[in-house]
Amino acid sequence: MQTEQGSHHVFSASRRHVEKSKREKGHHMYKYAMSAEICGALYSGESELKDPKSDAEVVNITYIDKNGNATPVRGKIGDNVMYLAHRYGIEIEGACEASLACSTCHVYVKDDYLRKLPEPKEEEDDMLDMAPFLRENSRLGCQIILNKDLDGIEVTLPPATRNFYVDGHVPEAH
Amino acid sequence: MKISSKKLWSLSSWTKIHHFIQCRKIVSSRGPSVAIVGSGPAGFYTAQHLLKGHSSLTVDIYEKLPVPFGLVRFGVAPDHPEVKNCINTFTQTAHNERCCFLGNVEVGKDLTVSDLTQAYTAVVLCYGASNDRQLGIPGEMLPNVLSARSFVGWYNGLPENKDLTVNLSCETAVVLGHGNVALDVARILLTPIDILKKTDITEHSLEMLSKSKVKKVLLVGRRGPLQAAFTIKELREMITLPGCRTVIYPEDVQGLDVVVKDLPRPRRRLTELLYTTAVQPPEKHRVAWANATREWILQFLRSPIAIKASTDAQCIESVHFVGDVQEKQIAVATDHTEDVSCGLVLRSIGYTGIPIDDFVPFDTKRGVIQNSGGRVIGCKGLYCSGWISQGPVFVILGAMNDGFATGVRPVSFSDWEKINQAEIQLGKKNDKPREKITSVEEMLHIAAS
Repeated sequence: MQTEQGSHHVFSASRRHVEKSKREKGHHMYKYAMSAEICGALYSGESELKDPKSDAEVVNITYIDKNGNATPVRGKIGDNVMYLAHRYGIEIEGACEASLACSTCHVYVKDDYLRKLPEPKEEEDDMLDMAPFLRENSRLGCQIILNKDLDGIEVTLPPATRNFYVDGHVPEAH
Repeated sequence: MKISSKKLWSLSSWTKIHHFIQCRKIVSSRGPSVAIVGSGPAGFYTAQHLLKGHSSLTVDIYEKLPVPFGLVRFGVAPDHPEVKNCINTFTQTAHNERCCFLGNVEVGKDLTVSDLTQAYTAVVLCYGASNDRQLGIPGEMLPNVLSARSFVGWYNGLPENKDLTVNLSCETAVVLGHGNVALDVARILLTPIDILKKTDITEHSLEMLSKSKVKKVLLVGRRGPLQAAFTIKELREMITLPGCRTVIYPEDVQGLDVVVKDLPRPRRRLTELLYTTAVQPPEKHRVAWANATREWILQFLRSPIAIKASTDAQCIESVHFVGDVQEKQIAVATDHTEDVSCGLVLRSIGYTGIPIDDFVPFDTKRGVIQNSGGRVIGCKGLYCSGWISQGPVFVILGAMNDGFATGVRPVSFSDWEKINQAEIQLGKKNDKPREKITSVEEMLHIAAS
C-alpha cells in the first residue's frame, strides 16, 4: 500500500543519497548508492518479491530472530535486507519505509560481513543512535543492499526496537 | 442516524456498545474481542500485534476525533513526512477484516471504560492524555505565552487548537525547553516559507507564518549541554536550516571535548556536534551563516522566573531568568539573573497524563495509569499500552469543544478514507501533500456524504 506521496519521498531520498555519495564518499559507496537508485522501485519492496533469475544472482542471507531461530533465505543481488525480510515474514518492522526516519529495522551484522558493508551514512548513524540495544555491529536493515560479496551474510534481530519515533522517548524492552 | 445522546444513555451498556459495533465487518462470536481506546501509534501498534498474534481475535479501535492516527497526524512536524510513512502500515491494519475503526466516539464521555470492559474480552487504553506541564511563574497567562504543544496542534490542524491566538509580529521568540518538541517549534518558526508551503502544514498557519516578523529564537533550558533531551537528527536540521544562523556559545561547551570520549555513543555523537558547532563549525556552515537573516540561540542553565508584561499589559516584554549551575543531575539556582526581551514565549517543558474516567486508577503524581507491566491495577481485563504505560510522555487528550454532539455517529475507516481523499484533493490546489481539515463538523459532514 504505497501512496503516491510515500513513493515520491522514498525516491527523492535515494537520489539525494546518490548525489551526496558522489561528492563525499569513495567509489565503493557510489557503487552501492547507484544500485539503490537503479532499483528505484526496489525501495517499495516490489523487487524483493521476485526470485533470483539464475544462481549467479543468488545472495544467501540468514536472519536470526531474537529467540535465536535462524531463517535462511535465497536473496539476490540488489535486494534490500529489510524488504526481503518482509517477504519471508521475518519480524523486521520498517515503520518509515527505508527513508532513514526511524530505527525499527535495526539489525546486528555478523562481523566478517560488517566489514564488507559500505560505511553508514551520517543519517543512518543518527538513527542508530536512537536504537535500543545498540552495538558495534548495529546497522539499519533498510540500508543494506545485497551483492555477491555479501553471500552468506548473517543478520540478527535485536531484543526490541523502538517502534515509533516522535519525541525522543526510548521505550524499555517489552 | 440521529439519536440524541440522552436517548442513547438510557440504553443498557451492552446495547449501547452493540450499537456502536454494528459497523464491524465481522462480529465474531467465537474469538476474543478487544477494545482499544485511542488511534495513535500506540493504539495501532497494539491492534497490529493482537491481530497477528491471534487468528480469530477482533479489535475495535475507538477514537475521539473523526480522523485516525493521533500524534502521527497531529504531532509529527509537517516537514517530516517520512516519519508519517507508518500510516501506510496502520491503514493496512485498519483494512484487516477483524479490525474496526470507530472515530468520533469519546471514551470517558460518550461511553465509559466500564461499558467497554463489560462488552469486550479486554480493553487496552492507548489514549495518551495531554496536559502540559506548567511553569508556575508570574506572567504565564499573558497573551502569546503558549504551550508548544498547542502551537504544534495549531500548525498541524488539531481541531481544538485551530483558533489559537498566535501573534508573530515580534522579532524575538523564546522557547523554554530542550526537547525535540522545542526544536520542532523553533524550526517551524524559522524555516523559509517556500519550504513550509510544500508540506501539509495547515493553510491558516502558513499564512500567519508567511507574515511572521520572528527573526530570532532562543532555546533556553534549565540544565546543561550534557542533559539536552533533543536528538541528533533534529539538532543537525537546525544547524543546517537554510537562511538561519546557529549560535551556541563556546563558554557553554567548555570542557566537553575532554569528557566526550567516555560517553555512550548517542550522547557522545550529540555532544561532539554541539561542541564543534560552538567552537569550530565547518567552513560550509560559517559561509551559510554569514548571510543568514534569521538565527537561533541555544542557551543552557537558565530557569525562567517571571514573564513580564508590557506597560499596557497587552503583550509580553521580556522573560526574567535566573542562572543555574548543574549539580549532579539537578539544576540549582545562582544569584545571576537576566532579562530577555521577546514577544512570544513557547513552553515545552514536558507533559503529564490525565485520567480518562474515574473507573481507572490513576497516579496523578506521575501522570500515568497505575499499572504493572501494562495491566491496570485492580481492573481485570483492563490494560494500558504504549508510552503512557511507561511514563508521562507525549500524549493526546483534552477538553474538545464540540458544538456538534447532539447525536453520536461513529466514523468508520472507510468514512475516514473519504476525508483523506478530500484532504488530498484540497492539497493539490497548492501543491501540498494534503490540506488538513481542521473543523470536526466538516470532517463529519464529509464522512456522512
